[in-house]
Amino acid sequence: MYGNAYISPEEAKQMQSQQDDPKQLALFEARVAKGEKVEPGDWMPTDYRKQLIRMIEQHAHSEIVGALPEGTWITRAPNFRRKLALIAKVQDEIGHGQLLYSAAETLGKTREQMLADLLSGKSKYSNVFNYPAKTWADIAVIGFLVDGAAIVNQVINSKGSYGPYCRALERICYEESFHLKQGHDNFVYLATGTPQQRNMLQEALNRWYRPLLHFFGPSDKASQHSEKLMKWRVKLASNDDMRNQFLDQYVPKILELDLTLPDPNLKKNDAGIWEFSDPDWDEFKRVINGDGPCNAERLAVRRYAEEAGRWVRNALMRKEEKYVVPLA
Amino acid sequence: MNTATKDLLYKMADDAFIIGHRNSEWTGIGPMLEEDLAFSSMAQDKIGHAWALYKILNEQFGEADADVLGFQRKANDFKCCQFVELPIGEYDFSLVRHFLFDHAEYLRYEALSESSFEPLALLAKKIKSEIKYHTMHADTLLRQLANGSEEAKARIQNALNYSWHFALGIFEESSAENELISNKVFIGEDALKSQWIEKVSSIIDAAGLKVPVTENTKIILGGRKGTHSEYLQPLLTEMTEVLASDPNAEW
Repeated sequence: MYGNAYISPEEAKQMQSQQDDPKQLALFEARVAKGEKVEPGDWMPTDYRKQLIRMIEQHAHSEIVGALPEGTWITRAPNFRRKLALIAKVQDEIGHGQLLYSAAETLGKTREQMLADLLSGKSKYSNVFNYPAKTWADIAVIGFLVDGAAIVNQVINSKGSYGPYCRALERICYEESFHLKQGHDNFVYLATGTPQQRNMLQEALNRWYRPLLHFFGPSDKASQHSEKLMKWRVKLASNDDMRNQFLDQYVPKILELDLTLPDPNLKKNDAGIWEFSDPDWDEFKRVINGDGPCNAERLAVRRYAEEAGRWVRNALMRKEEKYVVPLA
Repeated sequence: MNTATKDLLYKMADDAFIIGHRNSEWTGIGPMLEEDLAFSSMAQDKIGHAWALYKILNEQFGEADADVLGFQRKANDFKCCQFVELPIGEYDFSLVRHFLFDHAEYLRYEALSESSFEPLALLAKKIKSEIKYHTMHADTLLRQLANGSEEAKARIQNALNYSWHFALGIFEESSAENELISNKVFIGEDALKSQWIEKVSSIIDAAGLKVPVTENTKIILGGRKGTHSEYLQPLLTEMTEVLASDPNAEW
């Protein structure tokens, strides 16, 4: 699962100051324009490398942190079928993290460094995982809608220009489509179950509506760095376009189950664009900067895993197998 | 005969179910992502084994549905050994439990693949082929950690010393042991225990670790008769939390 890479205004400014050899840059841009994939040893603009590391790293963190809210329900899943499906699903997310850290490593940053930056707060992960999974119905909403939103994002990104990331995303999307099925099955089960189950689902849906709107990030149509990233096929659709695609696919599926969404202004206009109330972008900024309902808890769990497991990693590490940066 | 076979199936299913539940608790917090994945995979296998064994109880002996057997029995109806109930603790304990328990499992299913009770023999063949990979995983990490650093070696040795008498509790005999043996359903716990001691001792030795000394009075028994550690009830309470929230619902 994943949201969109978030670029802070300071980082955006910094990005525009990087200078590359104009000839190399022109060749690179011509290759990307032809739809060629960029591979680890190839020349690439400094900002391209930086932005991809940041984006893939955020994605990887989102996978392993995203495993935590769902992971707490593995021990409470109510029967064999649900228990096995949920373990397999969460295991897949960890596997996606592993795959993505490897993809990011091809750009010159080690997994250890990325995990250290996660714990120090220097590198981000998707906001959506800083909200609690309060009930079993949250698991249904996450499995159906958060995974659904992630698929919208990842299918688009898998058409990007960086080979290792695209290949990782193709495999991830394939697995995510199974997650979506188990999420949908669970969602429909609760929606068509006892009044208590329906009520639990509706409440979870109300809780997740805003984080889901935030999922694709703030409106970015006007931003300049976004244009450069689109030209380099690092970013392939605007946040607004992806959000609209998600609403278009999923709102009807929710409404047809006689559930509601907590926004009187949510509607599709004549131009086919979904309109909704302001989802409070200040909250989005607060959460991405560390002040969400579960930021501290999520990082504390990751910190525990890092610290408690250090003796294992140290004992298994062979000096001669040290990571080598595969730079061009 | 049915009672003896049912008892055997229950204790095996309960062992697999509870250790699977415990293994699944590593998902997301392992010492490295590769170990999250490994424990998570093994959890799925174990819970799958439990499911299949409960299904035999349901289909061959008219016991309740597998979901009822797994999720709706009282703690003292469970026949798992106390070893599997213990919390996951730190990775050293979980790895050593996995090593000791899975070798017992492998040998048990290997013996059962010759069982005169055909549904169990068929299932045992399949399960054995999966557990082979669990023991390979345990053996590899045990060996690497025992030779990786002084700290790791000391931790693994301590975990072995702590776990040993719990592990011997796996082989607690049932009252119908002789009946199972004479009817060729199962070779019996005592024979299995001898095979297991020989097997794990050779691996522990080869890793440069010490095989703990067995003191018969210290073996942790009771699980097979429904006497459990203080950890089983909280595990079951957590496991049935969703189910208990709306007992009339289907999930």
